[in-house]
Amino acid sequence: MKLSSLRYRALLGAALLGAATAATAATSLLNVSYDVAREFYKDYNAAFVKHWKATAGEDLDVKQSHGGSSKQARAVLDGLEADVVTMNQASDIDVLATRGKLVPPDWAKRLPDNAAPTTSTTVILVRKGNPKGIKDWPDLAKPGISVVIPNPKITGNGRYTYVAAWGSVLKAGGNADQARALVQKIFANVPVFDGGGRAATTTFAQRNIGDALATFESEVELIKAEFGDNFEVVYPKWSILAENPVSVVDKVVDKKGTRKQAEAYLKYLWSDEAQEIAAKHHLRPRAAAVLAKHAKEFPKISTFTIDEVFGGWTQAQKVHFDDGGVYDQILAAGKK
Amino acid sequence: MIFSRSLLRRHTVLPGFDLALGFTLLYLSLIVLVPLSAAFLKTFTLSWPAFWDAVASPRVVASYKLTFGASLAAALVNAAFGLVVAWVLVRYDFPLKRLVDALVDLPFALPTAVAGIALTALYSANGWIGQWFVPLGLKIAFTPLGVFVALTFIGLPFVVRTLQPVLEELHAEVEEAAATLGADRWQTFARVILPILTPALLTGFALAFARALGEYGSVIFIAGNLPMISEITPLLIITKLEQYDYAGATAIAVVMLSASFVLLLAINALQAWARRRQGGVA
Repeated sequence: MKLSSLRYRALLGAALLGAATAATAATSLLNVSYDVAREFYKDYNAAFVKHWKATAGEDLDVKQSHGGSSKQARAVLDGLEADVVTMNQASDIDVLATRGKLVPPDWAKRLPDNAAPTTSTTVILVRKGNPKGIKDWPDLAKPGISVVIPNPKITGNGRYTYVAAWGSVLKAGGNADQARALVQKIFANVPVFDGGGRAATTTFAQRNIGDALATFESEVELIKAEFGDNFEVVYPKWSILAENPVSVVDKVVDKKGTRKQAEAYLKYLWSDEAQEIAAKHHLRPRAAAVLAKHAKEFPKISTFTIDEVFGGWTQAQKVHFDDGGVYDQILAAGKK
Repeated sequence: MIFSRSLLRRHTVLPGFDLALGFTLLYLSLIVLVPLSAAFLKTFTLSWPAFWDAVASPRVVASYKLTFGASLAAALVNAAFGLVVAWVLVRYDFPLKRLVDALVDLPFALPTAVAGIALTALYSANGWIGQWFVPLGLKIAFTPLGVFVALTFIGLPFVVRTLQPVLEELHAEVEEAAATLGADRWQTFARVILPILTPALLTGFALAFARALGEYGSVIFIAGNLPMISEITPLLIITKLEQYDYAGATAIAVVMLSASFVLLLAINALQAWARRRQGGVA
């Protein structure tokens, strides 16, 4: 029942957008993106439209669609005509290549930095004064500690946290068994598995549940702005480099004849202007000069990529997060 | 077929039966049958072991228990208290009655996510209501109890709105007649009023129950979503979708649909029986 309603909504959305694009005279692009990128892309779109008018002399209309990253990927698979996709996990673009043949398999090679113009990292948010003395991932595994993590089965945020804790053990010279033991203990300390990053924030900040919240660095300033300065950020010694990849959807742009605009739209993400906007929205810029300028907001931290730890998202999903995978096993074991 | 048609024709006074039946079948097919058969067809892409694996793993079974159990409990509570609410709204006059009457529909209109967030805020350990249960050692939000609370909230209007018209038809004279014939208050309620209300009460109960089974938006915020404890079946369907496992997701959906269909069929049969029995008495 739920499934069909979801699919039909996606189809309906596609139909409506199709009608809308046909009606407007100006060339329009649709950027299908993940949930919390709404504010960043709103600012970026304004900047790019101005830039495009100045350089190409064409009026452009950029529409946005936001939602859970994988949900958005499914909508594009089901026919939502996105010119570009901007996600927070490479696997959500990989799936467009493997399942829909909408993008070529080597999409990540077409732009610099793994086609990810911005990054973030997973950090630990604790209550003011850090009463439980949490300093690094192993502190979250201690008995009596309670940590809020969004559900890794349905959120990228939760998956990143899982990978961050796992990889931190490997980076410190530990083996896979030790990593598994640590992650098992951490997830046994989770009182609530929320269905989204923002829902987990509410649970921690507003419902006062948990000693710590694991979330993206880019979310921290928003949390402080929204719920007051009652929290402290703890940067673990090692964490995951969360890359936010982008790609043109080849099948759509070739059909609509918008490849030129779509490619320029993505390329401009690496411009200093765009990188500045990213920094303003607490996303780590790739441009070294811009990053250096904001060094205070983005402390240096040792990070690793998903490729180093699990050999990419596709592999991680298969081994760890699919039904019956390692994540399900440690959860079952942690309950005992 | 021809036989039954001619039979039906003889009994009907209104024209246009064929057209109306054709339209009904077409409409039902487009709106209900086609999407549902799509779900069933997708499931058939699975082999038997894969299907069994998807629908009968311990985690999924635990979610059936929670979903069906909490839905049933919520529908039962709504049947009892919905009857009281409907009774008061029909039988008594009080200030702001219209406002209270309109309030009943709010769970229909409210986006379910809003309901979920509001209920979680109220029933969590530091919420307005939840804090009073903490000293009793009772946690509501982020437990199966929270699921029950959310399902009760969304189900209430179904019972009230199905009972109201029947209660309005039921005049106070019937009760007076029962009293003059020597029935005490309990007898009047149990032997006169309740039998008349039973079919409508069952319908309201069935609607509230069916609605609760499919509910996702509000429950997801208050459940806590702990595997084996507070995961509802619709969440596991979403989980499967997240893995692009469309077939596995529809497999669970098919099991839920079949179970719901059997239950609703049983309730309908019960209702028909109640109506016949009431017809016999009256």
